[in-house]
Amino acid sequence: MSLALAFLAQTLRIAVPYLFAAAGGVLAERAGIISLTLEGFMLGGAFSAMLGSYWSGSPWIGALCGIAGGVALALLHAVSTIRFKADQVVSGIAINLLAVGLTRYFLKLVFDSSSNSLRVAGFSAGTSTGSLIGGLLHNPLIPFGLLIIPVVAWLLYRTPFGLRVRAVGEHPEAATTVGVSVKRVRYVAVALSGALAALGGAYLALDQHQFTDGMSAGRGFIALAAIIFGRWDPVRAGIACLFFAAAETLQIQLQGMQAIPSQFVQMIPYVLTIVALVGLVGRAMPPAALGRE
Amino acid sequence: MSGMMSGARSTAPIVRLTGIAKRFGDCHAVRDASLEVAAGEIHALVGENGAGKSTLMRILAGISPPDAGTIEVGGRDVTGWTTAQAIDASVGMVHQHFMLVPTLTIAENVILGREPMRGLAIDFARAEREVTAAAEKSGFRMNVRQLVRELSVGEQQRVEILKTLVRGARILILDEPTAVLSPPEVEELWRVLRALRDEGGTIILITHKLDEVAEISDTITVVREGRTVARFPTAGTSPASIARAMVGRDVVLAGDATIARRDERVVALAPALDVRHLVVSGEQRQRAVNDVSFTIQPREILGIAGVEGNGQSALIEAIAGLRSVESGEIFLDAADVTSMPVSDREERGLAHIPEDRHRRGLVLDYSIADNLILGRQRSYQRRGGMLDRTRILADARAAIAVADIRPSDPMMPARALSGGNQQKVVIARALARETRVLLAAQPTRGVDVGAIELIHARLRAARDSGAAILLVSAELSEILALSDRVAVMYGGRIVAIVPRSVASEEMLGPLMTGASA
Repeated sequence: MSLALAFLAQTLRIAVPYLFAAAGGVLAERAGIISLTLEGFMLGGAFSAMLGSYWSGSPWIGALCGIAGGVALALLHAVSTIRFKADQVVSGIAINLLAVGLTRYFLKLVFDSSSNSLRVAGFSAGTSTGSLIGGLLHNPLIPFGLLIIPVVAWLLYRTPFGLRVRAVGEHPEAATTVGVSVKRVRYVAVALSGALAALGGAYLALDQHQFTDGMSAGRGFIALAAIIFGRWDPVRAGIACLFFAAAETLQIQLQGMQAIPSQFVQMIPYVLTIVALVGLVGRAMPPAALGRE
Repeated sequence: MSGMMSGARSTAPIVRLTGIAKRFGDCHAVRDASLEVAAGEIHALVGENGAGKSTLMRILAGISPPDAGTIEVGGRDVTGWTTAQAIDASVGMVHQHFMLVPTLTIAENVILGREPMRGLAIDFARAEREVTAAAEKSGFRMNVRQLVRELSVGEQQRVEILKTLVRGARILILDEPTAVLSPPEVEELWRVLRALRDEGGTIILITHKLDEVAEISDTITVVREGRTVARFPTAGTSPASIARAMVGRDVVLAGDATIARRDERVVALAPALDVRHLVVSGEQRQRAVNDVSFTIQPREILGIAGVEGNGQSALIEAIAGLRSVESGEIFLDAADVTSMPVSDREERGLAHIPEDRHRRGLVLDYSIADNLILGRQRSYQRRGGMLDRTRILADARAAIAVADIRPSDPMMPARALSGGNQQKVVIARALARETRVLLAAQPTRGVDVGAIELIHARLRAARDSGAAILLVSAELSEILALSDRVAVMYGGRIVAIVPRSVASEEMLGPLMTGASA
C-alpha cells in the first residue's frame, strides 16, 4: 500500500514539469505555432526562477521571474515567426540553442561555475516523501501543475480566446474574415506557452534549490511527444504526461533490479509518439495550419 | 439597419465604389472600377476569371484596402475600413472558398468573433439557441452541434450565409456561389436569395455563368481586366451582349451552338477504354469508387456528371495510374493496364488533364517549355544525357502557336500565366503525342470564356481524330455541350448512362443528388 502510494506520489512529482509544458504547448500548437521551443522555455524558466529566488530569497518571486524568462523567450520566438514569418522549426531550434547558451553564460557570469548555481531558496526540501498529501502540498507548484490541465482545457473549449485559438490554428483566413486578429491570438498563445513551460522549468530549479546546466534534460520534447500522443487535446496530453511519468518512476524504482535497461524506458515517449503519428492509436491529425503562416 | 430595411427600391445607391484600384506586386488586379448597387436588388457582377471581380468585392468587404478610389456604403465614406467595421455596417461576404473551420461545430463557426458570454466563458446554450433560430428563420434545417467537416458542400454554403445573416448582414456579397452546387441546391440558393431581397436585403452576386445572371439578377455590371466596362438592367439584355462585354469580342457560347449531335451513330468498334467493376478506396477506407463499369469507343466523349466529391476524382486517378485499385480491371485497347505504372499507360496512348492544374498539372516555377516536356523529357535527351534545349524550344514554340498560349514566350514561368493559359499548356502537353484515351478532369475550371471556347474545340478535335475521351466536369452545361453519352456518378457509383439526345438538366439534376433513376 505504502509502496503504491510512494509510486503515485513520485509519478505526480515527475509529471508536474511535463504537465506545465504540455499545457502551454497545446495552446501554441492549437494556434498554429509549432512547440519545439518548450525545451528552451523550460531551461530559460528554470534559470530565471533560480536567479529570482537567489536575489530575492523568495521562491515565489523566483517562480514569477521564471515566468518572465519564459515569456521573454516566447516573445522572441513569436516576433520571429509571426512578425517576420521565419520558419517555425528553424526559429524553434534557434530558441532552444539560445536558451542553452544564455543560461551557461549567465551561470558562469553570476556563479562562476559551468555546472551549477549556488543553493537558493526553494519550495521543498526534496528529501523525504512523507505522507502523500503532505508531500505534494509541500511544493505549491505541484497542485498548480495538476490543475493546469483542466484550466487549459476550459480555456480552449469554453472561452472566446480558446475558440479563436482553435479557429486560428485550423483556418486562419476564416478567422480573419470574421474580424479575429490571427496575429494577436497567436502572440498571446505563444506567450502563454512560454509562461507555462517556464513554470515547469521553475519547478525543477525550485524543487532542487539550484540550477544545473541543461537541467530541462529533454523534458520539453517529452511534453511535445505527450501533446502529439494526446492528439492536441489538453486532457489526453495530460494523461500522456502522467503515463510517461509513471514509466519513468517505474524505471527509477526498478533500477536496483536491472530488470529493464533504463535506456529502453527513456525511449517510451518517443516510441509512443511515432506510434501515434503513424496512426496506430487513432489518427493523429495536427491543427491544419500548424507551422504555416 | 433602418434605412436599408425598407423594401422599396430607392434610386440612391446603397453601395457606391468609385475609381477603385488595387495592385498585387506588378499585377493590377483592379485598375479603375466603379460600381453602384441599389438597395433591395440582386446585382450581378460578371466577368471572366481574373477580371478582378473577387478583388473588388474583397475591398468592399474590408478584407483588403484599395490603393485608390472611394467606397461609400449607405451614403457614408468608408474607404479602407476593416472587416470588423464592414460586418458592423451590415456588409457580409460569402467566399468562393468557404471561410469555415472544419473542426468546429456549425454554432462555433457562426459565433466566432462575436461570442455571447456568460461570465468569462462562452454562453454555448444561448449561442446554439440563437443560431438554430436564425437558421429556421432562413428556412435552413441543421443540427448546429454538427462539425462543419461532416457537412456537404451545399450545407457548408448555408452555414456561410447564416454566418453573415446572424451578423446582421443586409448587403450580402456571394462569390461564385453555385460553382460547387448541384442543380437542386442552386434552386434552393435562389429561393433564399430572392427571399432576402424581398425583405429589403441587397445582394451582390459574383459569377461568370450567364444563365444564372439572367435567372436571378436585376442589374448587371461587367468587369473586364480590372475595369467596370458596362452596366445593364437584366431585363431586355441578351446573353450574347453580356458575353461580348465580358470578353471584348463576339464569342460562341457553349450550349447554344454546337451541341454534340452524333450519339445516334452506331459504332461497332472495339472500346478504347474498358473499365470493369472498378473499386477504389477513399481516404477513410470507404469506397470512393464502388463497382463502376463502362466502356468508351474511339471517337466518343463520355461525360460524367455529378456533384463534386462523388468519386469522380478517384475514378480518374485510378485510370490514370495515380491511385491503386482495390478490385476490378481497366483495359486500354484490350490490354490490361490495371496495375501498370503511369509511364507505361502513357506509352499506350493514355493522356490525362488533371483536375488540379497547380498540384498535378504544372510545375509553376518551370517555364512553359519545360512544362510541355514533363514526363517525356527522355525523348529530348542528347547523347551524354544532356537535354536538347534547341529542340525543346522549337517544339514549345510550335505548341504555343497551335494552342494560342499567351504570352508566347516559351521561357515564361507557368506561374506568370493566367488560369486559362496555364490550362492550355496542360492540354497541349496531354495532346502532344497520339492519344488513344484522354482523361479530361474539369478541363475548363477557373478558365475564362475565351479559353473555354478554345479548349472545347481542342477536345472535339481530339475526339474527331479518333480519341476516346472521358470528361469529368462540375459544369452540367459543359457535359451537355461536349458529350456523346452522359453518365451520372453519385456516391461512388454510376447511377445512369444515357445518350446525349435524352439527357437534359431536368433529367440529370435529380440523379446527381441521389434521387433514384
